[in-house]
Amino acid sequence: MQAFAELLDSLSFQPARNAKLRLIETYLRETPDPDRGWALAALTGGLDFAGAKPALLRSFGEDKIGAELFHLSYDYVGDLAETLALIWETDPNAGPPPSLGEVVETLQRATKMQTPAILKRWLDALDATGRWALLKLLTGALRVGVSARLAKQAVANIGHQPIAEVEEVWHGLSPPYRPLFDWLLADGPKPSSNMGGAFLSPMLANPIERAELDTLDPAHFRAEWKWDGIRVQVASTGGARRLYSRAGEDVSAAFPDIIEAIDFDGVFDGELLVRREETVAPFNDLQQRLNRKTVTPKMLKEHPAHVRLYDVLWLDGQDLRTLSFDERRARLEAWMAAKPRQRFDLSPLVRFTDWAHLAGLREGMREEGIEGLMLKRGDSPYLAGRPKGPWFKWKRDPMLADCVMMYAQRGHGKRSSFYSDYTFGCWRDASDGTRELAPVGKAYFGFTDEELRWLDKWVRDHTTNRFGPVREVEPRLVLEVAFDGVARSTRHKSGVSLRFPRINRIRTDKPATEADTVDNLLRLVP
Amino acid sequence: MATDTLNLGSLNPRSWLYPTPRGLYCAPGDFYIDPAVAVPRAVITHGHGDHARPGHRNALATPETLAIMRARFQDMPDTQQQALKYGESLRIGEVEASLVPAGHILGSAQAVLEYKGQRIVVSGDFKRRPDPTCPPFEPVPCDVFITEATFALPVFHHPSDAGEIGKLLRSLQTFPERTHLVGVYALGKCQRVIKLLRAAGYDKRIWLHGGLASLCALYQKHGIDFGDIALVSDAVLETFKGSIVLCPPSAIADRWSRRFFDPIPAMASGWMGVRARARQRGAELPLIISDHADWTELTQTLKDVGAPKVWVTHGREEALVHYARSIGIEAEALHLVGREEENEA
Repeated sequence: MQAFAELLDSLSFQPARNAKLRLIETYLRETPDPDRGWALAALTGGLDFAGAKPALLRSFGEDKIGAELFHLSYDYVGDLAETLALIWETDPNAGPPPSLGEVVETLQRATKMQTPAILKRWLDALDATGRWALLKLLTGALRVGVSARLAKQAVANIGHQPIAEVEEVWHGLSPPYRPLFDWLLADGPKPSSNMGGAFLSPMLANPIERAELDTLDPAHFRAEWKWDGIRVQVASTGGARRLYSRAGEDVSAAFPDIIEAIDFDGVFDGELLVRREETVAPFNDLQQRLNRKTVTPKMLKEHPAHVRLYDVLWLDGQDLRTLSFDERRARLEAWMAAKPRQRFDLSPLVRFTDWAHLAGLREGMREEGIEGLMLKRGDSPYLAGRPKGPWFKWKRDPMLADCVMMYAQRGHGKRSSFYSDYTFGCWRDASDGTRELAPVGKAYFGFTDEELRWLDKWVRDHTTNRFGPVREVEPRLVLEVAFDGVARSTRHKSGVSLRFPRINRIRTDKPATEADTVDNLLRLVP
Repeated sequence: MATDTLNLGSLNPRSWLYPTPRGLYCAPGDFYIDPAVAVPRAVITHGHGDHARPGHRNALATPETLAIMRARFQDMPDTQQQALKYGESLRIGEVEASLVPAGHILGSAQAVLEYKGQRIVVSGDFKRRPDPTCPPFEPVPCDVFITEATFALPVFHHPSDAGEIGKLLRSLQTFPERTHLVGVYALGKCQRVIKLLRAAGYDKRIWLHGGLASLCALYQKHGIDFGDIALVSDAVLETFKGSIVLCPPSAIADRWSRRFFDPIPAMASGWMGVRARARQRGAELPLIISDHADWTELTQTLKDVGAPKVWVTHGREEALVHYARSIGIEAEALHLVGREEENEA
């Protein structure tokens, strides 16, 4: 438990991805089974305990030091689990601290009545970091900035395997993943994936611009619309039916309507959309359905989910990934024609003669729910990862707005010490009749290193106020912001939120008073 | 020193030692203790900026503290300096004054004041754990103990120094190519961290930001050995890969730090015990190393000095007052001006 606690502790303070990977890899290599497997389960969200209610933690704390001191402490620290971890003192007579395996295995067996006494014994035996980690584990919110995919990447790295290999076997395994570590670190056999709803690493496309197209032969390529939804994988194999995000996260629970509609055996690539009648709803509608553990009947009715299929990886027990795109496409079309299904349809191919023709089609397409074109070589097999050459995404030109920088914050990793995260705003009428800036978004990329140095200096020279790590700046610098969409938002003060905003240009030539208004942005809302 | 028989019967201690807008004032001796502004006569407990200020006409302190003040305030030619060694006593007006080790930094002292058979101890800042750069805190039995309260909450239990230094050395193993940039306060923390690293067996060169140079030299003059230390500014073509560089906390976020290769910002301070505080300071490797007493040390000290009255200054007074009262001590908060919340912790 102590080693796991130190891992979580380090991860929680370490913002850089590569450093996080290094920490996890070191831990996995140095920690014996089954502890490292349980740790991996905790990091990938594969552990679920009945949990410790806040009231229990509070009562522990009040019993320990009295209500008054506990209240003062909690008030200062601001986090219940951390407060309890800090005020509790290690009892030198409590015996050795529990291992992570012991904690997990005991909690899985313990009844609700037994939990408090067990917990107290562990709190006595652990140090402050150990107690913090234990309580975080129990309350089910690690919050150390590690995604399941990052943890899997670390696993893949220790065994010098591509992450696709790990993802393929992942869903056939369960914590504490002994066969996985045997395979990666001890010459054990590769675990069979048995395809029981396993996730297959997807093939990704590289961005391309109009000018580069002329170096390619249009006859080699097929085009599809690039739908503005979420790339998903529908996996129905070995009797298991699952829906995965592009990153391999199992999102089945949030989309029971899709899962119920699966009456086939196969693995498909497609775009998850909300679709009403024949119309694809804006991305914002889909967002309502994401990140939910359960979904209400009302939500299912008002935001019906739909998958628009564009590739087939596996069909009726047969792996099709080595076939060419054209062959897979033929299989997909034949399969769909044999039995049309309610929540699935086919993403049509866009016919074109040459690049100029296709560019015209792309310009003419103003339909909501399309963010550009996908170009795929007809002879390309389905390759995991982002191979250079076979697949391209040709996105619609972004929307642009001139915004005014309002706040800046320091970045992380290579950019720490640089003011690289900018909050920008647009004008609106204030209640007193004057014009004021309302923040509309935040961006931290899109500029070159040289521009970053310039922006950093500008921020330092024009700071008017500081709030902790945030600097408020004179509202004078116009930033041209590029973004892929606008939606109304109740969470943002300005009432709008931008999709994927980035800094396109620094407009030192433009006075701030001529920047865009919030109303201008609202006009872009579909 | 006077009798240990405690005398609270007739004399109200607040009648001869009390806070004023200029600082804590001792009336029968006509001097201030760690005043916030320049005064005719001051007794200084230690050299940190919120206790030792320039411009006093007379300043009384330990020889080490006076040396620190001279280093910080351009030799203080206009201040008449009076050195009082640990354990020696001196009559100032009607008051018998002496200085006793506080264990906080080099030269740090508690001011022990006696008047009409009553003894008040002003702790200044103190800690109880061993520090190779100064003699340990000596508890002095007294009628009134005036204690600091920087870390006076039960959430502050500073872990062992060796364990925290171990965290730094382990990080160097995990990231052997990265520069470990450790934010330390120039006076006290810097020198203690160097000594702790040496005690842990780290014998490579330790690099210093220029702002740390003069006080390290002063410590060396007082016989404290740091091993191989060198200034970053003197290094030519040094990559600093995998090295430890000490700097003032503010330098980590400064453009100064850009010369280093992929640095890990660490910070050595008692505040690092609370995660939100560590994050606010931008620490990726927080080291809980403090020159102040933690909750256990504070409460133990109240028991050790056995004072029936305790006055609590600068910090989280409320919790310590509450605790002291719960064990039968007459406690109250003493609001002093000019103490910095948490800069020199």
